[in-house]
Amino acid sequence: MLARRQWLFAIVALLPILVIFGWVRLYPIEETLRMSLHEWNLISKNRPFIGFANFRELFGDRLFLTSLFNTTIIAFGTLIITIPVGMVIAGLIHHRLGSRLAGYFETATFIPYIVPLVPAAMAWKWIFDARLGPLNAFLSIFGISPLSWLFDPVLSVICIIVLCSWQAVGYAVLIYIVGYRSLPVSVFEAAKLDGASALQTFWHVTVPLLRPITLYVSVVTLIAGFNVYAQAYILASDSQGAPGRQVRVLVLDMLENSFRNYRVGYAASEAVILLLIVLLLTLVQFSLLRERGAK
Amino acid sequence: MSVVPAEADADEAAADRGRALPRRFSLANLVIDAVLVLFCVVMLLPLVFLISNAFKTPQEILAWPPSIIPKQPIISNFTSVLTTTPLLRWIGNSVLYAGLSTICIVATSSVAGYIFAKFKFRSLQVIFMVFLATAIVPFEIYMIPLYFQAQQLHILNSIWGLLLGYLVMGFGIFLIKQNVEQSIPDELLDAARIDGASEIAIFTQIVLPLLRGALAALAVLAFFQAWTAFTWPLIVATNKNSYTAEVGLALFQTGFTIDLGPLSAASTVVLVPSVVLFAILRRNFVRGITTTGLKE
Repeated sequence: MLARRQWLFAIVALLPILVIFGWVRLYPIEETLRMSLHEWNLISKNRPFIGFANFRELFGDRLFLTSLFNTTIIAFGTLIITIPVGMVIAGLIHHRLGSRLAGYFETATFIPYIVPLVPAAMAWKWIFDARLGPLNAFLSIFGISPLSWLFDPVLSVICIIVLCSWQAVGYAVLIYIVGYRSLPVSVFEAAKLDGASALQTFWHVTVPLLRPITLYVSVVTLIAGFNVYAQAYILASDSQGAPGRQVRVLVLDMLENSFRNYRVGYAASEAVILLLIVLLLTLVQFSLLRERGAK
Repeated sequence: MSVVPAEADADEAAADRGRALPRRFSLANLVIDAVLVLFCVVMLLPLVFLISNAFKTPQEILAWPPSIIPKQPIISNFTSVLTTTPLLRWIGNSVLYAGLSTICIVATSSVAGYIFAKFKFRSLQVIFMVFLATAIVPFEIYMIPLYFQAQQLHILNSIWGLLLGYLVMGFGIFLIKQNVEQSIPDELLDAARIDGASEIAIFTQIVLPLLRGALAALAVLAFFQAWTAFTWPLIVATNKNSYTAEVGLALFQTGFTIDLGPLSAASTVVLVPSVVLFAILRRNFVRGITTTGLKE
């Protein structure tokens, strides 16, 4: 009787939330999957089912492949910078936890992560600016001639990676600090008794113990990297000033196919590819964690 | 794994410091501090320059080496931005929709999180798994169909259109569920039931007050998520009056690529309140990130 009353309360209270959730999450996710299998054109009423034709076309589409390539480079580039920097800086902050400065260090590294991206990207755009920016002025001290950072195809990707890493490091440091705090003290005392140096301890004890944290931060950073858009939008305008055109990323390509070329089904199939990448990364994380748990 | 009790740690560290500071003062620590100070300066320098540029004359912006404190600070950059663009309106739009989004997310997450945590019916657990599974799907994947839903409702270019993307938050539900499980014992709720309290009274008078800390953390996360959102507002808001601060700024810069002073001023107006708000709410923020962040 009591259980029945409770169940009723739970369902009644949950119902409006379920409706909203279904409406703004489940339904559009299902729609993405469905559209991706259709020739879904905004200007035509006829929207036939075409199976995997959109996907087959994608893998011959030069613009899509460029976007996929750029996005992958940005995601992994950000990862390669963020993980070691985040781990070391968090380790140093953790080591100085007793110091009065620790709180300031933590806040200062975290601020880039929380600031709105557009004004922050504006600051970087000025730094990288070929004619007006301080980066070229700084490099000229060492006799390096000015580079057009934001218009060179390779350099502009590097600029985006720098901006993404600058933001991601704050998050990584925060999570790593929590990780360091949860490490068992006894292991470090044992290492000390065995005469291990600080560097040896870090490399052979700390880094392996932090592996679940590293795995987690890596997956979060990679997923964020694959969804990169605003960074490219601000930094990588082409010479005509069209935002984001210099470095094509997946989200940009998807939005262009949908809203400029009116090929919504085709854009949806790109979204499905993005979803598959995210699922794959999450799966890898879980299986690696489980493998670790089994040992 | 969940939140590390930061306060306890800090106290311990403080006690430690009291005892061990004179002995532990060492060259190594000094070097570490120097490295960290340098790192933090590098992290913050772009933002410092941005704010400083906002007060500079066009000539001084181009000067090398760039100055941190402008020699002749001017405010004309700000006045020109505020008179030529509806920047304050954009900020107002952002605040309004981020505020509404926060209310919706806190309301839905607190109810759903509590029910999933304390009502152990198999049907509910299945629903929870669905919630959790969709929480890992990034927004970018379903935003195009969501856009057409907003179009059908005729709420493009409005606060409601912006809000549609940020009504619920999968991780918010997860965060509250975890908090309820950790901090509210079943016995407490059963005792209230035996005393004849209704389920609604239990939720509003016992559960909600106990969740204050977690709800504050969630509110801060939700607000910043909407406040810093970019892609959704960019596609939903297409006329000048409905832009958010982020979108307005981004489109403003494509028009004024060279005019650095006003651009920096506009950025500063958006940036500074965010940093101040973060400084005030830092504890809540960190708590939110670390709980949703470590979800094993």
